Amino acid sequence: MSNPRIVRPYGDTTGDGMVQVSFTLPVAHDKRAEGAAAQLASKMGLDPVMVVHAKQIGTSHTFFVVYGAAKHLVNLDEVQVVERDYPLLTSKEVNDAVKENLGRKLVVVGACIGTDAHTVGIDAICNIKGFAGEKGLEYYRELRVVNLGAQVPVPDLVNRAVDEGADAVLVSQVVTQRDAHLHNTREMSAAFREAFGPQDRPLLIVGGPRFDEMMAGELGVDRIFSRGTTPGDVASYLVHALASDVKEPVG
Amino acid sequence: MAHQTRLHLDGELVARARRLAVRAGQPVVDLARSRTTVSVERATLRLAGLAGADPDGIPWVNRLVDAVRGDVGIGHGVSLPVFHALAADGHSDLLALAQKAASGAVRFEVPAGAAAVRARELASASVGAGIAAVDARRVERDGLVAEIGDPPQRPWIYLIVATGDIYEDIPQAQAAARAGADVIAVIRSTGQSLLDYVPEGATREGFAGTYATGENFRLMRAALDETSVELGRYIRLTNYASGLCMPEIAALAGLNRLDMMLNDSMYGILFRDINPIRTFVDQRFSRQIHSRAGIIINTGEDNYLTTADAVEAAHTVTVSQLLNEFFAHEAGLPDELLGLGHAFEINPEVPDSFRLELAHALLARELFPDAPLKWMPPTKHMTGDVFRGYLLDGFFNLVGAMTGQGILLVGMMTEAVVTPWLSDRDLALQNVRYVMNACGGLTEDFHPPADGFIATRARVVLGEAIELLERICDDGLLNAIGVGTFGIMKRPADGGRGLDGVEEHQDGYFNPATEILEGRA
Repeated sequence: MSNPRIVRPYGDTTGDGMVQVSFTLPVAHDKRAEGAAAQLASKMGLDPVMVVHAKQIGTSHTFFVVYGAAKHLVNLDEVQVVERDYPLLTSKEVNDAVKENLGRKLVVVGACIGTDAHTVGIDAICNIKGFAGEKGLEYYRELRVVNLGAQVPVPDLVNRAVDEGADAVLVSQVVTQRDAHLHNTREMSAAFREAFGPQDRPLLIVGGPRFDEMMAGELGVDRIFSRGTTPGDVASYLVHALASDVKEPVG
Repeated sequence: MAHQTRLHLDGELVARARRLAVRAGQPVVDLARSRTTVSVERATLRLAGLAGADPDGIPWVNRLVDAVRGDVGIGHGVSLPVFHALAADGHSDLLALAQKAASGAVRFEVPAGAAAVRARELASASVGAGIAAVDARRVERDGLVAEIGDPPQRPWIYLIVATGDIYEDIPQAQAAARAGADVIAVIRSTGQSLLDYVPEGATREGFAGTYATGENFRLMRAALDETSVELGRYIRLTNYASGLCMPEIAALAGLNRLDMMLNDSMYGILFRDINPIRTFVDQRFSRQIHSRAGIIINTGEDNYLTTADAVEAAHTVTVSQLLNEFFAHEAGLPDELLGLGHAFEINPEVPDSFRLELAHALLARELFPDAPLKWMPPTKHMTGDVFRGYLLDGFFNLVGAMTGQGILLVGMMTEAVVTPWLSDRDLALQNVRYVMNACGGLTEDFHPPADGFIATRARVVLGEAIELLERICDDGLLNAIGVGTFGIMKRPADGGRGLDGVEEHQDGYFNPATEILEGRA
């Protein structure tokens, strides 16, 4: 079989199921601690289990590295993911599509909301400098980008979106303590729904390394971008949602 | 010093860079000297002994400064109106006065004549007692360091704790010290920068960090004193004098014997959108207090490299270091208290990235030979591949060893993944220890040739820094910040948070703290 639909991890032989995990147990290092590590790994579904490294940290913790074969199987046909449902465009294609189908510049307002001060995400997408070798949205001639930076209160974001005539609002959230990213996103989408009618609400996009891309509906946004997203991904999506020749309803 | 010549820098060029930094910074100092802020005035009242908060958690210093401001503004300083009211109405102390003022029962005025002389004397004695307490903390630190001892090695190993709960932070900090940390930084709650007051008391709730409060400072310092004795080396404590309450946090740090404080001349402006003028006024006062308290400041140049490209923007780090040095010297800080920052943030895919890092790190070392430079680990190019990240941190540590950095912030392979786990910290310290043990003395052997890649690159960066400083001198520093010269952020002088808390000095402005800190009293 060249394309198996049912898979298990690969160490050095197809089907060996080998995985490596590391963890700390709140016990001092002795034989019993190593036994506990092996038992935990076995309960995690590894069999056989090899505790290859154990090192005490301080007086009452021990760090383990464990190798073992995972018993579990994954059926690829049962895996649900958000596949990219739009074509990836070059910056020229993005500019051409906006010019042709929108006939004006597409306005993007970006911000970190709530108390999140980590602008690294929004800057990577918006700043001309970009990310992963791709120039940011500011580089696209036909996009007008207003990056409001860090710790923007939601009402200010809504007001700026109105003032700038935003077609899309981009929000990045890095801090996830106590699910702050989820609370902030819900607050933001609710505020936009209150301020705009369903026809003229800007496209709402959130991004951050710890978001689950499946949660867009639940959080009230049009799209979630997760780890590894590049400016080109976002620009292509903007064209797909707002400036493709076949106009699709959003939200 | 032998290492002074390791990069074969032209001494005249270096002197020119410094002269330009003075020229660029002086107008901002003049602006700061002729203004005060609500936070400077609140810090003064804190030094005079006013502490605590009302039942809503609003600090009494805020209530009192707001009341004075409502009656007479702060352009004369709050000290004269406050101590005049205290003397005139026979209030027992500042707390009782603040409570009455909060209920609207006190009418403040700027005294004249004999009443002014009396208010001045009272204010000077009160604030003088606070500064004497800061002095006592400094003497106490010197005594403890002499008795217990400094870490046996340089760089000092700097680790961060950040649980949000001071009572969780304390055992974590003690564990980190036992595991090898020489400096503990308690990261602040995200967003504290933008609070225009300092929260009160011991706090157990924070976001990605723990609130900086006087009581949290006191609790952590006391715990680390115990651990210092246990370990036989004095463990230093770090926090953040940044944001809208820079002067007050500096005062609390001095009163509670913190040892280092993050304090950057432009960080709040660029990364927190705090008004530039507010920042420069607050910063000057906070640095004067740090100087008095013997606190090592840590500047934030590493941040520029997380937003801009670390190769293209390398010279902006040098420029910022030179400006930070000027502002610090002007505020009275000697070189040994200047923890100027820089970072290992070049994209590892760039050819010769390690040689470029060495060039930049050595340039900082050579330009500031007597400053305990703070060397910051990679964050921007930590991808979540923890194995690759561990290697990158190893190279970061190697640069630290080869270029003789003073303070090394320990890099975590789980940067950008999770807040560090116990095991992450342990592995990270093993990485540092391996490098320091294997080649801690490598700085002796590392003399890059004058015509080689590293020395050439360092000269290029210095040259670019001089060009940028010349442009800043022509345009003015505030304009340069306004058009996005640093870290790509554009921050105009009339924008950002906190400008409404700034007032120009009126004739007869009086601040007893400034008088003492500037040696006029």
